[in-house]
Amino acid sequence: MSLTNIRNFAIVAVLGFLLSACATGGKRSANDWYEGTDTVKFLASGVPDRIFFATNRSSLHTAAKSTLNKQAAYIKKSGLSVVVEGHADERGTREYNLALGERRANAVRDYLMSQGVSGSKVTVISYGKERPVNPESSRLAWSQNRRSVSVKAK
Amino acid sequence: MIMKRIFLFLLINFFTTNAFSLVKIDITRGNLEPLPTAISNFYIDNPEKFTEKIKKLNLDINLPKVIKGNLNRSGLFYVLDNKSYIQKPKLSHLKPRFEDWKLIKAQIMVSGKLKIDDKGRLRVEFRLWDVVSGKEIEGLALFATPSSWRRIAHIISDKIYQRLTGEEGYFDTRIVYVGESGPKTQRVKKLAIMDQDGANNKFLTLGNELVLTPRFSPNGRMVTYMSYFKNLPRVYLLNIETGIQEVVGDFPGMTFAPRFSPDGKKVIMSFARDGNSDIYTMDIKSRRVEQITSNPAIDTSPSYSPDGRFIVFNSDRSGVQQIYVMRSDGRKARRISRGKGLYGTPVWSPRGDLIAFTKIHKGKFYIGVMRTNGTGERLLTQNFYQEAPSWSPNGRVLIFYRETAGGKKGQGASANLWAIDITGYNEVKIKTPTDASDPSWSGLLSK
Repeated sequence: MSLTNIRNFAIVAVLGFLLSACATGGKRSANDWYEGTDTVKFLASGVPDRIFFATNRSSLHTAAKSTLNKQAAYIKKSGLSVVVEGHADERGTREYNLALGERRANAVRDYLMSQGVSGSKVTVISYGKERPVNPESSRLAWSQNRRSVSVKAK
Repeated sequence: MIMKRIFLFLLINFFTTNAFSLVKIDITRGNLEPLPTAISNFYIDNPEKFTEKIKKLNLDINLPKVIKGNLNRSGLFYVLDNKSYIQKPKLSHLKPRFEDWKLIKAQIMVSGKLKIDDKGRLRVEFRLWDVVSGKEIEGLALFATPSSWRRIAHIISDKIYQRLTGEEGYFDTRIVYVGESGPKTQRVKKLAIMDQDGANNKFLTLGNELVLTPRFSPNGRMVTYMSYFKNLPRVYLLNIETGIQEVVGDFPGMTFAPRFSPDGKKVIMSFARDGNSDIYTMDIKSRRVEQITSNPAIDTSPSYSPDGRFIVFNSDRSGVQQIYVMRSDGRKARRISRGKGLYGTPVWSPRGDLIAFTKIHKGKFYIGVMRTNGTGERLLTQNFYQEAPSWSPNGRVLIFYRETAGGKKGQGASANLWAIDITGYNEVKIKTPTDASDPSWSGLLSK
């Protein structure tokens, strides 16, 4: 191993350490979805309005389902209608992201319906990558932007 | 909002000659040595007929300047500084002294004459000279209302390009795009249109609702785009001349990613139903809708082949976003993208031979081209974020948009239009008054 190689190796090792530190500090799961509470708002007291997705995915992980269970219970109890907004991060092509946001919003709608919410109470809209909540170009921001947000229908 | 058809008439008489020229440009290869070109100022034949208003346009200087900008931007020409020109505009046009032009190493020279005719029309005569062989190789007279002098400059530029490359030019064209302003989290987007060189910029919508992905109709009079008007994301048509907008079809859900068919009669687009996006067409006149794909995956970004027989699109049916070609009835879909990474936004070249695309690989975005069967992939440019290529009408240049990364609170983030030759050379930024994205290149206006 030459001197430069050793130095490069050392840089890589340090960077690797910093990145993993970042990942835990920024509360991104190993599976690439956001696990923190920054940016999260509430549909009602104790009912978070959003869930987060892994890159290019629309599947719902356990924490997301638990949030959606609360949303379902609240919607049924209150009789409110909600709009589920589907969002993507900025790292995909615009048109594909519109479709991906639609897919995410519908995954949420389907799950809410599986929990007994009437389909007539839930409409969906995709914003693709057009409405990020965090304007930064960082892995943390992207994980916060890959989301669905349930808002009260006007 | 209404774009008047300002360009009234245009008569062209050839008064030359297919004189053999020694100077030629081969545009199939990357051109590292642009052709040294002189563009003389034009001379005014009857200054007494030039009203104050026309005088203010400084056409003797500005018209050749527009030609100079076009030729320089093409990367195929290098226009020499006016200060080095020895001969005066009038004699350059009537009786050029080729030794003078050889001395400054020009290989071709453009000269011109301006006149206001009895009907108040602007008459522009131009000549293209092969300095090497000492011959006139092209000459034209064009008439128009003085206010549309820029189009004359573009048409002359196209003639020069065509004479020296043997292919049609792309200067007498327009770009429709999305003008952007405001913070990333609440971006305001407006449809905008401008000449290919950035002049005559005009906004077509007010920015009250989000608008995306405008695309020209083949005749350049209509634009199809997506709008969030009343929070219902749908595909719209806009007549550029009348300003009239209408929603395309009454789909019970989001429609997006629209493009015209090559005959201009249909719009092809995606329709999302229950979270699944498939490709549909709608006949503009009869409003008849046809479903083209039916697949549980995302099928979007469709683009017709110029003969209308095939459709290229992207789909994640293999698990990730890839490019497919199918027959225009939706049958026989075949994946053509084979390299590593994701592939999207395929667009069929107007020449029919290539497909331009966006590729995402290891966190970088590329604009590239491949043959229609997926072979011969060439990546032209790599960056943090760029996508959505659109072809020049001659299939030689791609325009696309590029975004820079945002720091804290999105600072430093920007979106701009860029163009690049399919040779991979001559990457140039296209100036726009605001940030810009989603460009679509029109066909030649005078065709």
